[in-house]
Amino acid sequence: MSEPVLEVKGLHQYFEKGTANENHALKGIDLTLDPGEFVAIIGGNGAGKSTLLNSVAGSLPVDYGQIKIDGHDVTYQSVAKRAKLISRVFQDPKQGTATLLTVEENLSLALKRGARRNFWSNGVKRNERDLFRAKLASLDLGLEGRLSAEIGLLSGGQRQAVTLLMATIKQPSLLLLDEHTAALDPKTSATVMEITDKIVHEQNLTTLMITHNMADALKYGNRLIMLDHGQIAVDIKGDQKKNLTVSDLLELFKQQSGAALTDDAILLS
Amino acid sequence: MDILTSSISLGFLWSIMAIGVYLTFRILDIADMTAEGSFPLGAAITAHALTTGIGPVVATLLGVAGGALAGFVSGFMTTKLHIPDLLSGILTMTGLYSINLFVMGMANVPIAGTTKTMFTLLQIGDSTTTTIVIGGIVLAIVIALLVFFFNTEMGLAARAVGNNEDMSSANGINADAMKIIVYMISNGLIALSGSLMAQTNGYADISMGIGTIVIALAAIIIAEILLRHLSFGRRLLTIIVGAIIYRLIIALVLDWGVDPNALRLFYALMLTLFLALPLIQKKIAQVQQRHRNTKQITEENK
Repeated sequence: MSEPVLEVKGLHQYFEKGTANENHALKGIDLTLDPGEFVAIIGGNGAGKSTLLNSVAGSLPVDYGQIKIDGHDVTYQSVAKRAKLISRVFQDPKQGTATLLTVEENLSLALKRGARRNFWSNGVKRNERDLFRAKLASLDLGLEGRLSAEIGLLSGGQRQAVTLLMATIKQPSLLLLDEHTAALDPKTSATVMEITDKIVHEQNLTTLMITHNMADALKYGNRLIMLDHGQIAVDIKGDQKKNLTVSDLLELFKQQSGAALTDDAILLS
Repeated sequence: MDILTSSISLGFLWSIMAIGVYLTFRILDIADMTAEGSFPLGAAITAHALTTGIGPVVATLLGVAGGALAGFVSGFMTTKLHIPDLLSGILTMTGLYSINLFVMGMANVPIAGTTKTMFTLLQIGDSTTTTIVIGGIVLAIVIALLVFFFNTEMGLAARAVGNNEDMSSANGINADAMKIIVYMISNGLIALSGSLMAQTNGYADISMGIGTIVIALAAIIIAEILLRHLSFGRRLLTIIVGAIIYRLIIALVLDWGVDPNALRLFYALMLTLFLALPLIQKKIAQVQQRHRNTKQITEENK
């Protein structure tokens, strides 16, 4: 049995603790991801998806519980420190790239994720450019000729695809996808999801993807988790996940939580 | 011709400061007021060192080190203590006033005519020519080092931090450390400018920093108005041009007989105008476009 990539134990998160507005956002999450698992996490607004992802990424300090990646306790590590093990694609395409820097500069930065950066060798090395061109060509978006273009000039979808490359150009132990297609139009969103799936499979990446889109959650990944009110309501893997339909999912949710799923945002998407 | 050469020589020295300010202003997107304290700090340290017999190169470098230290203090306050960046700069600047007085021992330290300075290292022509040559050499070294640094692994990371902190952290960049480094380089350069200014003027004065950030910003904005969207190295070169143009404007204004006491008011008004210029241009273009549109519509309706 190989060591799990991600172990979340007894994770609780509170917002505005001790005030009248206290919000117990995560209520004791236990979650273990084995190597190669591609987990889609769904749930309505306020279910705790983003809170969970931000806790794992390190952008939200942990109140109670423990987070381990590759066996290392990262519970109290900064975002920058964890970047050695984790890479992340944000929801907002602007957030994942340095818009004033060129495509190759962004990729070079990502290639050194979590490594020491010195002040004597070139930021963009000549021998890296072939790798960048090949990687960009694999996206099939015609970006291989635009290495020295400012990344801010690219469209949202192109930028999100480049961010995916940046997140995976140096293999992470864990890839976090933070509703990374939510800000794109449906067609572009589908393209970026296809690219995501391809990269995740090629590199056999352990992936945690949160999404608002139930269809994507059913179509992609080999495990599906539904969060509800800060708890895991549904957790399905393997063959069971493969044959899952929307109505199965709703039924499962009803069994687990004892209530019908009423969140329109989830049902409609 | 005299006005031109003196504007070039002063423009060279000011552009070192403007480049320093540019690093925090455009790369980190911070208006760092530390500048008005580190400029006289560089002057004070160098003047004091020169009067105690230390050689001009070492005396100048000591001034640079002092500026870098001041930058560290502001950078530390804003990144580690989360004091708003504008306030951090003002706090350091205020504290530096006392420190500068301690260093100088009095409000004004003359550098005796017999003392060796950076500008007596070479004997070429008159003092203006010497300032241009020495200033030019220092500028060339500064720009070469900056262009080199900001294209290294660390320099790239520093630029990314100013542009997008979330992305930088997600890629393992220690954003606080990078910001502090930029603060240090920036204020080191500003102190260098102050140090050279004291050496060419023949004295360091406690009040020489007042209003300097406005002069530096004006040079930057002129450069950006002249040419938009330039690579980093070219931008630094245009800032020199911006600084020289600014000195020319000031020289012409003084030549017209404007009261020197009104000069700071003039600096402030001019920078305000420069900063508002992009908006004014946009508004004018909008009005013109509306005008064309109305005309077209009325013609179509005929």
